Amino acid sequence: MELNLLVFCYLLGSVTFIVGLKMLSNPVSARNGNLVAAAGMFVAIMGTMFLYEDEGKKLGNYGWIFAALVIGTIVGTLMAKRVKMTAMPEMVSLFNGMGGACAALISVIEFRHLIHGYDPATYASTGYSFFSSLDGTTMLIIFLGLIIGTVSFSGSMIAWGKLNGKIKDFAFKGQHIINLVILVLNIAIAAFIIVARPEETPLFFYAILLLSILYGVFFVLPIGGADMPVVISLLNSFTGVAAACGGFLYDNKVMLTGGILVGAAGTLLTMLMCKAMNRSLSNVLIGSFGGGAVASGGAGPQGGTYKEISLSDAAVVMSYANKVMIVPGYGLAVAQAQHICHELEKTLEAKGVEVKYAIHPVAGRMPGHMNVLLAEADVSYEKLLEMELANEEFKSTDVVLILGANDVVNPAAKSDPSSPIYGMPILEVEQAKHVIVNKRSMKPGYAGIENQLFFQPKTSMLFGDAKKALQDLLAEVRSI
Amino acid sequence: MNQILNWIAAHQEMAYIVILMIFVGIEIIGKVPSVLHTPLMSGANAIHGVVIIGAIIVMGQAEEGNTIALVLGFLAVILGTLNVVGGFVVTDRMLEMFKKKK
Repeated sequence: MELNLLVFCYLLGSVTFIVGLKMLSNPVSARNGNLVAAAGMFVAIMGTMFLYEDEGKKLGNYGWIFAALVIGTIVGTLMAKRVKMTAMPEMVSLFNGMGGACAALISVIEFRHLIHGYDPATYASTGYSFFSSLDGTTMLIIFLGLIIGTVSFSGSMIAWGKLNGKIKDFAFKGQHIINLVILVLNIAIAAFIIVARPEETPLFFYAILLLSILYGVFFVLPIGGADMPVVISLLNSFTGVAAACGGFLYDNKVMLTGGILVGAAGTLLTMLMCKAMNRSLSNVLIGSFGGGAVASGGAGPQGGTYKEISLSDAAVVMSYANKVMIVPGYGLAVAQAQHICHELEKTLEAKGVEVKYAIHPVAGRMPGHMNVLLAEADVSYEKLLEMELANEEFKSTDVVLILGANDVVNPAAKSDPSSPIYGMPILEVEQAKHVIVNKRSMKPGYAGIENQLFFQPKTSMLFGDAKKALQDLLAEVRSI
Repeated sequence: MNQILNWIAAHQEMAYIVILMIFVGIEIIGKVPSVLHTPLMSGANAIHGVVIIGAIIVMGQAEEGNTIALVLGFLAVILGTLNVVGGFVVTDRMLEMFKKKK
């Protein structure tokens, strides 16, 4: 009876995961979808706690399990509640790494369990190999869970460090080859153990653990900050597969369905994100850094001269405009300037200027991130224009203020077939009468290409950190 | 060859689940608007926290004297809980922002 009830709990869990994920992909039902999946998870966890039994034996160590659950819940809730909206992506990465580590730890414990009671001396004297008696499928699953979980963990930690600025990009020549060697070596060792069952199996097991950590680190290190969302999404689906390995190990259907579901949905989501940026996944993972991508992409003609605009001039131009369109980008997210941006919007509106925001689908640190950020700063929903709508309104716009966006407004995407970003949908800001670009320097954006927009006669540059520049601009506007 | 067939036959139930779930996973998020990419990723992140069930089982089966298994299991349950709870709470916070805009 109790076991059947547990089966029902797991079935319920699996169904809520599917329904929850489905609801999450629709703006109206998204929030409830999250709650549905959370409720299912709760049922599945509680069912495991109280109903699970293996060969008639219930689980022990209740005190420990409860303590761990309570600690995890308190810490997890506090972290998730306290994190700033701009830091959401690294938070997701961190939690993803925790899941990966959890899967890897399960593999470690199960492996130790598997070789429990192994004593080299006794086996050596009998001439009988202990390891050849182990079940091949179990070993395969344990190794798979270990490798994927560990890579996901170490990769997520690097992604987390990179997003909050603690770890810098790091790439050296031939890094891909080294990565490939590590990966192949890793798989080769795992395959060797499963087939040959050498006496040194435990040693090799920990070698795999070490190599997997290394692989995760080297895999993520060279990838630039703007591409981190794609990498996190990919690692997210890795953890899903690692969780599914646990499902195999314990013949546990809810782990299997949940894991595979996330593995598949995560992979598709990764590809959708790449598509929104008009990049291929391999381009993000391999071709995106170092000199290679720039050279092959054709840097285009060097732009010539650009002109700077002073704060007071910019303030005057904006104050006397009829319509101002703000294009927020990565720079605004990094500088956390969304609140001051909203202040500027209100001040300009008070002067009778119409202010709107043009949101590119991949603006910010993650797709959709900009909407979340501006919503946090109380910018009203009607003011956020999606790309198609914004492109129509640029014609009647007097001033476009670009805040730390670059590639999403690069006209080369429309006009230059040799450009690496050719074909990517962009915000056509050059249709407006005047364009003010706030950037920290003339350094090219993430795609590593020049932006002709900056050299057009109607464009003027306002250098500086987005937050600082907006504060100064706001003061100037107020004094007019 | 025979071995492979036997293996598949022995694990056919699992194989069916895996294949069907792959299609379900791809199908249900196929039409997600880009605005929801981040929350969806975060929600999926919370769902793979289901790995915690494995951690609970491992922990519950660890023998009293086996300190290493107990410590590692304890750690695994904490990490898994962080993934689940943190994941769902962060997702809810993100989606809360979306709601306010209307």
